[in-house]
Amino acid sequence: MLRFIAKRLLETIPVLLIVATLTFFMMKLAPGGPFDTDKATTPEIKAQLEAQYGLNQPVHEQYFNYLGQLVRGDLGPSFKYAGWSVGELLWSAFPVSLELGCYALAIALTVGTLAGIVASLRKNTVTDYVPMMFATLGICLPTFVTGPLLIMVFGIMLGWFNPSGWDFASDRVLPAITLGLYYTAYVARLSRAGMLEVFNQDYIRTARAKGVSKWRIIWRHSLRGGLLSVVTFIGPAIAGLVTGSLVVETIFHIPGLGRFFVMAGFNRDYTMVMGTVLFYATLIILMNLLVDIVQVWLNPKLRFE
Amino acid sequence: MAAPAQPVAITGAEELEAGHSLWQDAWLRLRKNKLAVGGGVFILVLALASFLSPLIAPHSYDTQNLALGATSPSGQHWLGTDDLGRDLLSRILYGGRISLSVGLAATLVAVVIGVLYGTISGYFGGRVDVLMMRIVDILFSLPFIIFVILLMVIYGRNIYLLFLAIGAVEWLDMSRIVRGQVLSLKKQEFIEAAQALGLRRRRIILRHMIPNVLGIVIIYGTLIVPRVMLTEAFLSFLGFGVQPPMSSWGTLISEGARSMEEFPWLLIFPGLAFSSTLFSLNFVGDGLRDALDVRASKD
Amino acid sequence: MPLLEVNDLQTSFHTRNGIVRAVNGVSFSLERGETLGIVGESGSGKSVTCHSLMGLVPQPPGRIESGTAMFDGKTDLLACSARELNVIRGRRVAMIFQDPMTSLNPFMRILDQLIEPLLTHKLARRDEAVKRAIEMLELVGVPDAAHRIRSYPHEFSGGMRQRVMIAMALVTKPDLLIADEPTTALDVTVQAQILELIKRSQQQLGMAVIFISHDLGVVSGFCDRVQVMYAGRIVESARTEHLFRSPRHPYNRALQKSIPALQPKGAALYTISGMPPDMSRPVQGCAFAPRCEFAVEACRVREVPLKEVEPGHRSACLRVQEKQLQWEGAHV
Repeated sequence: MLRFIAKRLLETIPVLLIVATLTFFMMKLAPGGPFDTDKATTPEIKAQLEAQYGLNQPVHEQYFNYLGQLVRGDLGPSFKYAGWSVGELLWSAFPVSLELGCYALAIALTVGTLAGIVASLRKNTVTDYVPMMFATLGICLPTFVTGPLLIMVFGIMLGWFNPSGWDFASDRVLPAITLGLYYTAYVARLSRAGMLEVFNQDYIRTARAKGVSKWRIIWRHSLRGGLLSVVTFIGPAIAGLVTGSLVVETIFHIPGLGRFFVMAGFNRDYTMVMGTVLFYATLIILMNLLVDIVQVWLNPKLRFE
Repeated sequence: MAAPAQPVAITGAEELEAGHSLWQDAWLRLRKNKLAVGGGVFILVLALASFLSPLIAPHSYDTQNLALGATSPSGQHWLGTDDLGRDLLSRILYGGRISLSVGLAATLVAVVIGVLYGTISGYFGGRVDVLMMRIVDILFSLPFIIFVILLMVIYGRNIYLLFLAIGAVEWLDMSRIVRGQVLSLKKQEFIEAAQALGLRRRRIILRHMIPNVLGIVIIYGTLIVPRVMLTEAFLSFLGFGVQPPMSSWGTLISEGARSMEEFPWLLIFPGLAFSSTLFSLNFVGDGLRDALDVRASKD
Repeated sequence: MPLLEVNDLQTSFHTRNGIVRAVNGVSFSLERGETLGIVGESGSGKSVTCHSLMGLVPQPPGRIESGTAMFDGKTDLLACSARELNVIRGRRVAMIFQDPMTSLNPFMRILDQLIEPLLTHKLARRDEAVKRAIEMLELVGVPDAAHRIRSYPHEFSGGMRQRVMIAMALVTKPDLLIADEPTTALDVTVQAQILELIKRSQQQLGMAVIFISHDLGVVSGFCDRVQVMYAGRIVESARTEHLFRSPRHPYNRALQKSIPALQPKGAALYTISGMPPDMSRPVQGCAFAPRCEFAVEACRVREVPLKEVEPGHRSACLRVQEKQLQWEGAHV
């Protein structure tokens, strides 16, 4: 198990290096520098700024400097937010996004699995059809449609929640639902299918033949196998939540990482964009590792390989 | 339970014996799937209306009428107008043209990359295959869309770049599927080489190999279209995609979301057009998969 | 009083392609300690019969249409509540299945699966249950049981898994063991060991056994009494030696003729012509008639009930019942 973790950790290093390199050179090949848009900057001031940020050095030196900084965990200064380092900006914004992502994932895992399990137990009844219809709907509706719709209905027409912001506990509700909806729907379908497959397995018949009660069969014999696919899905789901948070944070004006990233993109804040991309990549790779470990722990067959 | 499975197997055999080709068979099965047929008809009508929008759109998409401003749906403007007085129905039709074009073009890019990559990986096999598939695994775990945003930020918001960038995101599934198909076909080829019959070889290639790969590529190609359109809308919504005065459904939704307090129809109608298109495309894709995928023939 | 008395059991499956009558009026009884063999081709309804008794028929699409199955003279297995059934299942009636590779839960340790019957039926506390499970595992011939009991099923071979299944079935010392083709999925050498194991356990525990098989040979060396099933009905039932020495149904005779080992060397292999009937269509008359070389017009007219043709020997063949057919030995 430890060897597996170590091996996977080692694998992430070249991946991160490739990501860093790609990002860096994409930026360097870009037409137009970060200080081009400000019309007021004179050539002298521009040169001074470039010298300050090391942009006048040869590209390969900039590259190695950048990598050196990365190894030390330094993502460099932000081009647009004077006096702020990218690291500081990331760390100030990340907790907000993390909180939002956790709520969304929690909704997806609890509501999704529950709905899926209930539907699988009541297969081909109303209790099955209704949640599954909503699940199909939830999978097809993108966040940038559901988000504004939820704001319109619950924020504006009913007035139950603030249409935007991140100041009160109640401000978490609509964004978390918007972000979690797709994953709730997907998890519901996955867990329904997984449970139905397990119910058809011979070993469930064996358990019934032993006189095991219905609830124990569900709880002790079926859940692990039935929800394995849900665990596998958490990896891609986290990557998707990151992407989704860009939209949700923009719609609800939430001061999280996603909104910073989108704004940095508009502002051509190179170091900020690069830093965020690297941060996202690292985050997702580490989360995938975690999911893999949980999966191996859940499935005894994998544990011995 | 052997007993209930038996009659199913029998009807399957009867259908095969009736002498339909793979495609005729698939077509018959597809036609029985009402959701897929409904979705297909909807897409066709919408696509036709969108591509003929210069002819049939009631108004020009960019004619402003500031004096008129935003009006709710009326006899003159069926779906209302936006705050610049532009007719929403026309904008949705023109927007559909862009969204569908991006959908098709980017899907083509994804299919070409995916098929090439998958074929190479499956054909060479061995270490090349292991390495190439490991790369795909790693790419799968990366937030690709963030790189697309990066690309759009750096190289400007160019619609051709958009095709390429989105296509470059969505080829991963396709490459895996094509690789699997090529691998299994290689095995068939091996058996058939052992038979060493010249005539039958051509027959097998014609009857099995090409339909198999083509079928799979079509199915998964269809399933890529809605994903690609979603990605385009997502980027346009954030402001990294299609730029004004051109508008895709994503930009329309984005504009609608900004003014939904006063003019909710500006959000509702583009959202409806986009969502029902995604719905229909998904139904068509799933229907095609069920109809063509022989292996998935469950009862 | 018999341990189990089944009367007119009918089980069908309601599928999209019609109603499949898998079991069509089966009646039999079983004494304590007796071994009953049920023989038939796949699809003849022998497994469904036993699954019906154990409440294991998936519903839907399955449905018990009629019948009673009195267990120990008190409980009707087909009519009692789930709770009542769960008191009997796994405690007084245990079952082992055809495929040991899929019948054990891959996500649970052998230990947890073995002690589950004891815990579920509150027959022992956990530490006591573990002790008994290890003893039982040793009894069925799993080496190093105390250690291996902590493994997962995939660490065991097929034969070993079937031993585990048997240990799990026997750990509560049931009155009846239903063995549904327990050796079909195993290698020939392992088959003999498993059969020997079941036979020995039966003698030690004094339980009754219903042994389902499509293999006449396996059944002959094992059972006190055998009944032959065809198309959801019992067509012949007799003590084992009678069933083999003097078959009283053409189907049984044909089955025996098609065992190569029982035929003289050099003789052409005997096969039963035709296919088993489609169970989703109503059958008129004797279901075997279309394949029967002795069938006459009367066979195709109406159903033939199972009747005693000799003491303890019942047959559902019209011509045998009317004394028009009789064989001694299968090779005739």
